[in-house]
Amino acid sequence: MTSPGDSGTRETWALWEVFIRSSRGLSYVHAGSLHAPDSEMAVRNARDLYTRRGEGVSIWVVPASAITASDPDARGSFFESPKGKEYRHATYYTKTESVPHL
Amino acid sequence: MNPVTEQAEIRSDNDTAGQRRFDELLANEDRVEPTDWMPAGYRKTLIRQISQHAHSEIIGMQPEGNWITRAPSLKRKAILMAKVQDEAGHGLYLYSAAQTLGIDRETMFEQLITGAARYSSIFNYTTPTWADMGSIGWLVDGAAICNQVPLCRCSYGPYGRAMVRICKEESFHQRQGFEILLELMNGTGAQRAMAQESVNRWYAPALMMFGPPDEDSPNSQQSMAWNIKRFGNDELRQRFVDMLVPQAEILGITLPDPAIAWNEDRGHYDFGELDWDEFREVLAGRGQANAVRVARRRRAHEDGAWVREAARSYADRRANETGELAS
Repeated sequence: MTSPGDSGTRETWALWEVFIRSSRGLSYVHAGSLHAPDSEMAVRNARDLYTRRGEGVSIWVVPASAITASDPDARGSFFESPKGKEYRHATYYTKTESVPHL
Repeated sequence: MNPVTEQAEIRSDNDTAGQRRFDELLANEDRVEPTDWMPAGYRKTLIRQISQHAHSEIIGMQPEGNWITRAPSLKRKAILMAKVQDEAGHGLYLYSAAQTLGIDRETMFEQLITGAARYSSIFNYTTPTWADMGSIGWLVDGAAICNQVPLCRCSYGPYGRAMVRICKEESFHQRQGFEILLELMNGTGAQRAMAQESVNRWYAPALMMFGPPDEDSPNSQQSMAWNIKRFGNDELRQRFVDMLVPQAEILGITLPDPAIAWNEDRGHYDFGELDWDEFREVLAGRGQANAVRVARRRRAHEDGAWVREAARSYADRRANETGELAS
């Protein structure tokens, strides 16, 4: 039996990121995260936590510590500015508007 | 653990560039994410609110769990189990959201079972009759939905996202409660009386779930400025009463407040004063079931220690065997 505040029993389960594929042919989409002692339990917990209403046909779990992320503070310099590059979008080409099937 | 994905590094509070960026995000109705700089007060408020919310979901399983074994049919039993399971899930979404602010789950569990943290006072009322399962769904979950829908737009990203998921699931909770009462109201005289008696008990406490009147709710204004809260307590309460009155008519049930009357000028229903002394009493721990709720939660946590320990040592052993990452 443990008592609250007993740091000897403190949970240190790993954090897992959960990705769910809602049906075949679609991408896995991040659903959330959970804690679990191993990958097998993580998949089972993910099923119970994120697919109670048929939200998915398949689950990925990934240790959160295995994810490498871009620096959110550097998004200005890291991501190319879309400013002045409207020509990358189809809507930029207005002269073709009346042309069918284009 | 990777600081980028979950446990945000807590940076210095005296960060003028951070403050500017934070103010900008709020002004643009943008979301704050765990890795963004945020004022210490914002973080603290959110930890308190989200963890209380999580605790409410976890404690909220008890009043209904009370009826699972005695539900009147297999269908109702299955529905009630699904609902209680949802509540466990909602608690987990919310604990995860709170953890992104830098508090660990064990600390939150401890705060709950030692009484250091609060949960919604509504769960300190007992559920002596089956009709209470109806009243909880219709009135308690109804009030919760009213409160929670605006929280989907809360400025803190992880909280808003958790709320979207929760609100989606919560609508079944309210409907099944309404249906329980509707069936009782279409039943025998004794069943109708049971439904009415239950609504008589739950109506006022459900209205108090929105919190004290705005003038007695000192933290509300700051929460509104931070885009955590979107509407005042009184406005949400009014919105709820306006929804309840026509629903009560469909049920054929009487809301236990003789002051309820349509006010043409305001375009809303008037309703009577609530007993805020009772609210404060329950909040102070002197409700019907405060002690029982916390004691039961503590026992469940302590009784589950061996399961957590077993899972942990199994995972450790497997990690040694397979080289799989364990923590």
